[in-house]
Amino acid sequence: MIIFKNVTKIYSPNPPGGAPIIALEDVSFEIQEKEFISLVGKSGAGKTSLLKLLLAQEKPTRGQVLFDGQDIHKIKPEKLPEFRRRMGAIFQDYKLLPSKTTYENTVYVMEVLGKSDEEILRDVPKVLEIVGLSHRSHNLPAELSAGERQRAAIARALIHRPKVILADEPTGNLDPYNTSEIIRLLLKINEFGTTIVLATHNKEIVNSLGKRVITLEKGRIVRDENRGRFIL
Amino acid sequence: MWIELKRIYKMGWQSFSRDGGTVIANIFILVLTICLITSIFLLRGVSQFIISKIEEKVDVSVYLKEEIPEPEILNLKEELSQMTEVKSVKYVSKEEALEEFIKRHKDDPVLMKSLEEIGTNPFLASLNIQAAASAQYETIVAFLTEPDFENLIEKVDYYQRKPVIDRIFSITNSMENVGFLLSIFLILVSFLIVLNTIRLAIYNLREEIEIQRLVGASNWFIRGPFLVQGIIAGFIAAIISLFIFTLSCWILSPKIEFLFSDLNIWKYFTQNIFIVILIQLATGIGLGVISSTIAIKKYLEV
Repeated sequence: MIIFKNVTKIYSPNPPGGAPIIALEDVSFEIQEKEFISLVGKSGAGKTSLLKLLLAQEKPTRGQVLFDGQDIHKIKPEKLPEFRRRMGAIFQDYKLLPSKTTYENTVYVMEVLGKSDEEILRDVPKVLEIVGLSHRSHNLPAELSAGERQRAAIARALIHRPKVILADEPTGNLDPYNTSEIIRLLLKINEFGTTIVLATHNKEIVNSLGKRVITLEKGRIVRDENRGRFIL
Repeated sequence: MWIELKRIYKMGWQSFSRDGGTVIANIFILVLTICLITSIFLLRGVSQFIISKIEEKVDVSVYLKEEIPEPEILNLKEELSQMTEVKSVKYVSKEEALEEFIKRHKDDPVLMKSLEEIGTNPFLASLNIQAAASAQYETIVAFLTEPDFENLIEKVDYYQRKPVIDRIFSITNSMENVGFLLSIFLILVSFLIVLNTIRLAIYNLREEIEIQRLVGASNWFIRGPFLVQGIIAGFIAAIISLFIFTLSCWILSPKIEFLFSDLNIWKYFTQNIFIVILIQLATGIGLGVISSTIAIKKYLEV
């Protein structure tokens, strides 16, 4: 479903008086439908750059990123919103709309997709229940705890049943209890058939999952194992 | 389409009603701008009134020969009235000229005595001509000095008055030009102030815009609520400005009329109320929408 073909990403290729920043170098791999993949590596290894390329937030310097056979970076700017609606994204800093309540943040995605009011009324309370936030529906993000914010972000990523969810350090700001709660949720979502790409540097999580692990080091893939472990 | 518009409107209204501080600041700046532009409009009316009052005082007198019978003079008056260059022609007969003289100098015994000594009416009938524009006096005078009228006309006092006429018209022209340039300058400055205020407000929301893009919102879905907010803020600012101007004109009108007679600012305001409302709504809503569009453009490009 997702194919990285010899992807290189260099930030500021010709900096005056400095070396170029190579975020990814000749990265190639493939992600199948319904897979759960952990991307691991130290800070600066290239995990976030890789996810940004997948969300078409950045363009590769060389190579191709294909989603369902389509080169992401050849999509015209006006078609990008449509492409992004096929994915869900979760971030370390939650990226919730601060002026909207938990309910409205989730509804926003449905509205973007042009779903009817009936569908919204039917689906949003269900998803908020799945992530355990029914009682926080009408609270603004600032009134939620870190764990609740991340669960609200998951509800938003999940609501439109995307084919793939990209999670960039979703547990980075959470305590161990909330961390395991979030991972449990992601596993549940994966069981329903959604592909999950999880970027993390949390060793315990990766080792407990027993799923495919891609290890990045200085922008290169150094390991890609099914039922892998966190080895750095 | 309809559902999308409804949602854009709802979101715009929601942000507007929740973001109190920024909204009040934006409305305040918009009110200042609308008041400035409305003032320019009203001042233009006032200055045009003053200019026309000054210009009304300018005319050219044509004195007619003593023996010319009145019907002939009235024929000439008729002929002059039909010229496009002529705004108005007033006929002053010999008797009227005498009456006017006596009325003006009745308290001056020397003049009155001299008049008595002459025994007859020494004044000539005259036509007082006002041109539509200053440059047209030349044409009118050229017409009157044609040989056809040689037997009718004693003298035209244009050449004595020419320097004063030219001066008055050059002053009124400069007043109009300076007023126009000043208006353009002030409108430009106020537009830049509004643009910057809204740009700052949107700058604070750049992360929110980025999130909206990441969840797949189209540019219109992101831009729409900002435009709705701009429209609502502009509309409210226009209403506030209208209230301010109605009240100020009503209160100040008698005082202004006392200073400049015949200048009734309340009457001018009420006569032009629809233009004022239109200017205020167009300025408020237009500035709100244009500034939001320009300010948000930068964040939608990536």
